[in-house]
Amino acid sequence: MSNPNNLKYTASHEWVRSEADGTISIGITQHAQELLGDMVFVETPAVGRKLKAKEECAVVESVKAAADVYAPVSGEVVAVNSELDSAPEKINDDPYAAWMFKMKPDNAADVAALMDAAAYQAVVDSEAH
Amino acid sequence: MLIFERSHPGRRNAAQAPHHSVVIGGPSTGLRTGIPAVLLREDRPLLPEASEMDVVRHYTRLSQKNFSIDTHFYPLGSCTMKYNPRACNTLAMLPNFLARHPLAPEASGQGVLACLYDLQEILKDVSGMAGVSLMPMAGAQGEFAGIAMIRAYHDARNDMARTEIIVPDAAHGTNPATAVMCGYTVKEIPTDANGDVDLDALRAATGPQTAGLMLTNPSTLGVFEKRIADIQKIIHDAGGLLYYDGANLNAILGKVKPGDMGFDVIHMNLHKTFSTPHGGGGPGAGAVGVAQRLLPFLPLPVVAKEPPPQPSPASEGGSHYRYLTEADLPQSIGRLSAFSGNIGILLRAYVYARMLGAEGMHRVAEFATLNANYLMAELHKAGFTVAFPQRRASHEFIVSMKPLKDATGISAMDVAKRLLDKGYHPPTTYFPMLVPECLLIEPTETESKETLDGFVAALKEIRDEAHAAPELVKGAPHTMPVRRLDDVKAARELDLAWKPAV
Repeated sequence: MSNPNNLKYTASHEWVRSEADGTISIGITQHAQELLGDMVFVETPAVGRKLKAKEECAVVESVKAAADVYAPVSGEVVAVNSELDSAPEKINDDPYAAWMFKMKPDNAADVAALMDAAAYQAVVDSEAH
Repeated sequence: MLIFERSHPGRRNAAQAPHHSVVIGGPSTGLRTGIPAVLLREDRPLLPEASEMDVVRHYTRLSQKNFSIDTHFYPLGSCTMKYNPRACNTLAMLPNFLARHPLAPEASGQGVLACLYDLQEILKDVSGMAGVSLMPMAGAQGEFAGIAMIRAYHDARNDMARTEIIVPDAAHGTNPATAVMCGYTVKEIPTDANGDVDLDALRAATGPQTAGLMLTNPSTLGVFEKRIADIQKIIHDAGGLLYYDGANLNAILGKVKPGDMGFDVIHMNLHKTFSTPHGGGGPGAGAVGVAQRLLPFLPLPVVAKEPPPQPSPASEGGSHYRYLTEADLPQSIGRLSAFSGNIGILLRAYVYARMLGAEGMHRVAEFATLNANYLMAELHKAGFTVAFPQRRASHEFIVSMKPLKDATGISAMDVAKRLLDKGYHPPTTYFPMLVPECLLIEPTETESKETLDGFVAALKEIRDEAHAAPELVKGAPHTMPVRRLDDVKAARELDLAWKPAV
């Protein structure tokens, strides 16, 4: 599965999708879910929480490990995907459909400044030992 | 099958039942138990009803299904599954040790206190620390005690700005968890390409907010941190303290002392390094050692050796042993258990240490690293991908199965499961996560060359099978009492009770 070109990415393996209403959806990438393996638990941030860029705000736990998820930009949490509470495997099934939470960014320019799919792929390749 | 499923109402061994039977307690018996009637249960507890023979067969069968150090090679990385000499068990289970009540007076327990005092002294010597407390009952509790002492030290100096503990990304997961439990924020620093701490990142992360650094040396990547002198200077110059995670002490026992490396506090997993039975959750013993400045904060009780109050036959060798209490160490971080730690485990560790002797301790590290380096060299020669081939292994090393996975789709987990069919307990899988598809292999010092060669041959066979018959490997294990368990379902739908509580 390749990384969709219409998304933005972070070096900490989150993907970011700009929605029509000015919010952004955030999930973890195919590379991240593949490394972590089968998900067993997802913890999402509280709606209304103000986040700073790169702040730890969610947790994904798999049979192998627990990993933090970071806010890609500064902003406020406006929605969480509660479907993942009972079905964390949706992240494994299709990581780019399984959004974890939505934010209203403080600055739209911050989102535009994130990595594109090609730049993110370069990060993934450089991490491979 | 559970023992509950072998239960039959009223089942007892009629042929061998004792001639006299006694009915104990309960409202219907009219016995005066001293328990108010309102608190007495009316229904029998849901306990299995089985004959003695049923019970013996059930548990004997279960024990035969076990994979253990007594039955199989067990190279579980980071766990130090060395052989546990039977002599340690035999001596620790002498009747007077077993029967001693934890509240019995010190005067009648001078022997056991002398053993514990000696163990404290041995651990002080081998770790290079100024004082030791044996109280923590597990490695994680030892870590907690260590960081709690760092916190107590800064607090006692009114140095309240230190809010961060630095932890390398290769650390055991318990390190950041411990720091958080003690109220600290965790600052993670990366590992460089050689598997060492990134010194520039460490310098950038260190400052007046630094309470301390938690370090495992040799690291979980199986390499010795050669720049430990620089690391301790960076932390100490900033006013922080160094915590030594003793998980990998086996690699350096009797060769290098953490105290000499500049560490201020250390926990030692006696159940690993000092060869007591462990695994499956305990019991453990995570003794802590400290440098001079942390002595006042040691967890209680600590055993002290003093001149006898008045000469008596009980004062062996003209000395008297007693537990130090809050009156002796008012700044102690406190007590970690109701009594005095896992004494049965401490006694086993004591016997083990005395058997080796101070002059024999170095053999542990020498044979552990020899076995690890031999195994690493043989696997490297056989074409397996060693994570840090340019580095000498410590007591453990990492092999990556990524090339095999890319070529055949067979993962490190598939290889691990297939090893069970070949009669080997698998190594640790997927830890540390810095290396993809990794196996963390720790053979320990107690295995022979023949065993290590057999393990290499088994991995080569599995690699051949991965190419020729991948389904065989993917479906493994084939010869165990259970096939591959659904660990995902087990984690998602945790179900540990035989029946829902009523």
